[in-house]
Amino acid sequence: MPVTPVLTGRWNTPESWTLATYERTDGYQALRQALEMGPDGIIGLVKDSGLRGRGGAGFPTGMKWSFIPQGDGKPHYLVINADEGEPGTCKDAPLMMADPHSLIEGIIIASFAVRANHAFIYLRGELVHCGRRLRAAVAEAYHAGYLGADILGSGFSLDLVVHSGAGAYICGEETALLDSLEGRRGQPRLRPPFPATHGLYASPTVVNNVETIASVPYIVRRGVEWFRSMGRERSPGPKIYSLSGHVTRPGQYEAPMGTTLAELLEMAGGIRGGRRLKAWTPGGSSTPMLTADHLDVPLDFEGVAEAGSLLGTAAIMIMDETVDMLRVVRRLTQFYAHESCGKCTPCREGTPWMVGILSRLERGEGDVTDVDTLLDACDNIFGRAFCALADGATSPIVSGITFFRDEFLRAVPTGSAPGHAGTSALATESAVTESAATDSVAGSPDALARAH
Amino acid sequence: MPMTERTRAAARDIIARYPQGRSRSALLPMLHLVQAEDGCVTAEGIEFCATELGITQAEVSAVATFYTMYKRQPAGDWLVSVCTNLSCALLGGEDVYARLSQHLGVGHDQTTPDGAITLEHAECLAACDYAPVMTVNYEFFDQVDPDSAVEIVDALQRGERPVPTRGAPLCTFVEASRQLAGFHDPRPGAVAGPGVGEPSVAGLLIADAGTPAGTAAGAARRTHTVPTDHPTKGS
Repeated sequence: MPVTPVLTGRWNTPESWTLATYERTDGYQALRQALEMGPDGIIGLVKDSGLRGRGGAGFPTGMKWSFIPQGDGKPHYLVINADEGEPGTCKDAPLMMADPHSLIEGIIIASFAVRANHAFIYLRGELVHCGRRLRAAVAEAYHAGYLGADILGSGFSLDLVVHSGAGAYICGEETALLDSLEGRRGQPRLRPPFPATHGLYASPTVVNNVETIASVPYIVRRGVEWFRSMGRERSPGPKIYSLSGHVTRPGQYEAPMGTTLAELLEMAGGIRGGRRLKAWTPGGSSTPMLTADHLDVPLDFEGVAEAGSLLGTAAIMIMDETVDMLRVVRRLTQFYAHESCGKCTPCREGTPWMVGILSRLERGEGDVTDVDTLLDACDNIFGRAFCALADGATSPIVSGITFFRDEFLRAVPTGSAPGHAGTSALATESAVTESAATDSVAGSPDALARAH
Repeated sequence: MPMTERTRAAARDIIARYPQGRSRSALLPMLHLVQAEDGCVTAEGIEFCATELGITQAEVSAVATFYTMYKRQPAGDWLVSVCTNLSCALLGGEDVYARLSQHLGVGHDQTTPDGAITLEHAECLAACDYAPVMTVNYEFFDQVDPDSAVEIVDALQRGERPVPTRGAPLCTFVEASRQLAGFHDPRPGAVAGPGVGEPSVAGLLIADAGTPAGTAAGAARRTHTVPTDHPTKGS
């Protein structure tokens, strides 16, 4: 069974979040090694390891760090993107909850490497308990001399601030996050210039995901060869795969990059209730859905791209044969319409229009041109906005139509009570007064959610 | 209400976290702080932030209205958030929301007449492997169904504090807002409240089953069975 707990290794240890536990299990040893290696040595090591960003884009981490100009006289910053919120993604929250010191040690090493003396963890606001654990761990690290002035006598100083957001999915986009951290509305910036030269406070800034940075101490301590012994040539290392939806044992499965869904499902006890797989997202709702034909796709950056989707955050949402694809796509499109920051017209105006069309189809009031209208709208949104939220909004629609066109074309929905299928939790009075619960549990074959 | 000296001192603490000359970075935590004073972001709260940071009230309002966690009207004692995004919806999250809405007689972002509960449907809460989830003042109640969700809100309305599946014992919306402003939870044992349950360690348990006896990692992990952490002592 290809399961390789590294980042998740301490999660089941008693009081795993404390400094005492962390130090007892090799914690802060990598930091000592890193301080000996020097900044350029660390950047070289991380480059050689082939570590790629775990927040979705998969950019080579060492290369990102090497873009930070040196000797420029400006302050440098490291900002951790802990604004986990991509639907299906639930790996960073347990990491921060169970093992906050691994993130903090990674932050200290990375800050030393890019010569930053101020680092921030931009934590999703709703994750209040993660905030407690992180703030307690940061206080412990200061007390032990791992943070603050002259860390372990190295002459290197670092201040680390845990900064809670306030509820906005868009702030997971790195430039929106930076605007938010500067005390503004979280809206993406036009690039270039990139954060590496003009990031936080217009200074050189590295923005990295939680899982990425938490990987660094292990690479420092165990080496490039060990890291590359897992995964594939261009996507090495272990990866936390998050399984949710219609799976027997949902949860976090850390396995080598390139593990397939077939292998993951075997670990997780298969599809719930012995049903058949219908569709799945390889990396959150913004990545195009795949089907049962893709069970053996290697889940790394290249493998998923070859299959026509994206690895994203490896957040695998699993849907069995009972789901109504139109409802799934409508629900996800509502999410993007709600979370669009409003800066770019195609995204701001396009996403609510697409919700309208999808809802109309769902009510059985659409016509055959609606599917083409949706694809046309997606074509006018994709690539025409400042950030990837807009691109992501088109993924469920385009992939849904690609694989399940017939479900979109049906003129009248079958199996759903009229007037029910079109309502949603977002709707107003009708959803409140209607006994939605009884309807969808009644066993209609195309209910989004089925009794379990 | 007018801001107290304690609030001004807290604002200075927040501003001090950020680099010199970058005080505007303090705005998000300061909005959480004023929400902790007034139960929502009031006109006075906006004025306070603007004055302390030397920016205009329009600039503060623009930010306060952008983020969903800042409330424009006083929230109830208990903010009940039900995830209705895909992974939760697949397992009945929309049904949980609909049932609570019907049971409480309020819709999204509305508060019960007794002021006890504000209901909202939430977008993905980053706990998809515990679906369907709801939170009460941001503490997790995992794997809920319509019946168990109703029991939770009933208990809240009776003045009880049901125990979250993960997170610290429930605190008030005001207390949670103060923590969001970056201040430590003063309650003993709050940090130790459960953080990780079985789904988080699903892969780890498979690895443990195959770990040779006697290895340090395997032994350390096997000393403890899921759910992983339980309220013992604070860190």
